Amino acid sequence: MSAARTPEGAGPVDERLLLQLEIDQLNAAYAAALDERRFDDWPLFFLEEGRYTVQARENFDRKLPLALIALESRGMMRDRVYGITQTIYHGPYYTRHLLSPAQVLGQEGERIRSQAHYAVFRTKPGDASEVYNVGRYIDEIVRTPAGLKLASRTCVYDSEMVLNSLIYPI
Amino acid sequence: MNAPETLSRWAGTGSSRVPFWAYTDAQLYRKELEKIFYGRHWCYVGLEVEIPNVGDYRLSSVGERQVILVRDRVAPRDRGTDHGIRVVENRCAHRGVRFCQQPHGTARSFVCPYHQWTYKLNGDLAGLPFKDGVQATDAQGQPCVNGGMPPDFDLKEHGLTKLRVAVLHGLVFATFSEEVEPLEQYLGPQVMPWLDRIFQGRKLTLLGYNRQRIPGNWKLMMENIKDPYHPGLLHTWFVTFGLWRADQKSRMVMDEQGRHAVMISRRNDGGANDAVTQGVTSFKADMALNDTRLLDVVPEPWWKIDDPSNPGTEITPTVTMITLFPCLIIQQQVNSLSTRHIQPRGEGSFDFVWTHFGFADDDEAMTRRRLRQANLFGPAGFVSADDGEVIQFSQDGFRQKGEDGETLCELGGTDTLATEHMVTETLIRGMYAYWRKVMGV
Repeated sequence: MSAARTPEGAGPVDERLLLQLEIDQLNAAYAAALDERRFDDWPLFFLEEGRYTVQARENFDRKLPLALIALESRGMMRDRVYGITQTIYHGPYYTRHLLSPAQVLGQEGERIRSQAHYAVFRTKPGDASEVYNVGRYIDEIVRTPAGLKLASRTCVYDSEMVLNSLIYPI
Repeated sequence: MNAPETLSRWAGTGSSRVPFWAYTDAQLYRKELEKIFYGRHWCYVGLEVEIPNVGDYRLSSVGERQVILVRDRVAPRDRGTDHGIRVVENRCAHRGVRFCQQPHGTARSFVCPYHQWTYKLNGDLAGLPFKDGVQATDAQGQPCVNGGMPPDFDLKEHGLTKLRVAVLHGLVFATFSEEVEPLEQYLGPQVMPWLDRIFQGRKLTLLGYNRQRIPGNWKLMMENIKDPYHPGLLHTWFVTFGLWRADQKSRMVMDEQGRHAVMISRRNDGGANDAVTQGVTSFKADMALNDTRLLDVVPEPWWKIDDPSNPGTEITPTVTMITLFPCLIIQQQVNSLSTRHIQPRGEGSFDFVWTHFGFADDDEAMTRRRLRQANLFGPAGFVSADDGEVIQFSQDGFRQKGEDGETLCELGGTDTLATEHMVTETLIRGMYAYWRKVMGV
């Protein structure tokens, strides 16, 4: 069976499954870092010049360039981490990310395009959990000696309204 | 049924102590919708650039009433005098259906799905099925007409509700009022030069939207942008990087009624200055950006104008925050430009819609710069995210105290005069002095 190929010729089934498993593990580790509030670890999921974008679906679909958050390097991500931990005054909350299995969309050399669906719940101290932000990750992932890294992650959110503020990364 | 309660009365004659009920009273809020949003005021509904072609429309709102902003056909001979922008209420004249459900699009006409009543882009009723009844044959075999509208039914009397529209430098305002003065007069000569400075003679480009729902009274957002006291205290980025703080050269401008305002300032180099940073916990002396592109400010030629207060001398602000009562904020903070539209939803909540824009002659680098600096603003912004948060906590505080609490807005005194500094809450007092008059409280 290992010789079976997809119609697109994307590679043998076992290689594809392995790749999907690797991406799923990357995503699981990413979500755990955020939900466990290990924010300093978050930029390390990206390449040094990696991009992180959170964009309303409305803008994405209409090709309007504005994003809610648009960071273009690990340095900017560190600046964001400093912001969320030190400077942006906000009511405290927890997040919980639920992610779908990754869908590998294509692969060119070391660069993999994939997407996964997410739902993020917010829980404020003393309050019930609420659906906070729902959308999909559109990713470009690169294989490096240190494992898979995000060259870019675009979080396109369906939620038409941000529930007041969005502080922590998605 | 209980008799309607009378509205609370504001004790005293000033406007420096705002009673909590001004933010929490549901009955008062209904009156605000009538007297302010549906009364003698111009409300912002969008930008002309959002509907560039004939038939383009988008939904917007005036108070809680949803409206359609649409570009109508204009005969060639009228093009000099008619901008073609129409604003009609999204409510069918037949049975009240909010018929338009797509947030934006292009239409030849508007058709209510329920009974196919069809409207022209300007809101006129173009036609409806079975208006003249349906041809049939009666029991005696004679031709007859079944049903139909009464003979005196006049299409002209059953169009959509049309709002008056005024377009200023590409900003579109609308009103349900027949009495309100022309827009430029409504805005006043004190405010107009600051709108001219940003918009006059420039074609805008639309960069996109951010939307947030803030659980607080709508006036708190207006206050926030009439409050020069908080930015250098709440917002680390402003005080640390010198984008807005009390040691900057600043000016607070109001129209003569106190309802509109402009906060004008010029940035400095930031850093420590004991007068404004000592003991300020949000000031981070050692803070430096890992990636300075986030704050890659490049001055633009239009920032400099002839000073409206001192003709013959130049003034070069880096920031102007304009509040146009009741529902629009226009932001220029260095290279970031946006309109922010307040859409109230009950006394304790409002939607806040940010429309970021640039200019048609921006090069690619400037567009990228505007987009990067957008990281400071909006619901996730390094600066603005905390404004929504403190507004929510304000509303929470008002709600828990009930009827007899009041806010204290007495920085710089109790008067409502313009100032040449920012250590004042005069603009908030100005707005409430006007609000009291309109609301009769």
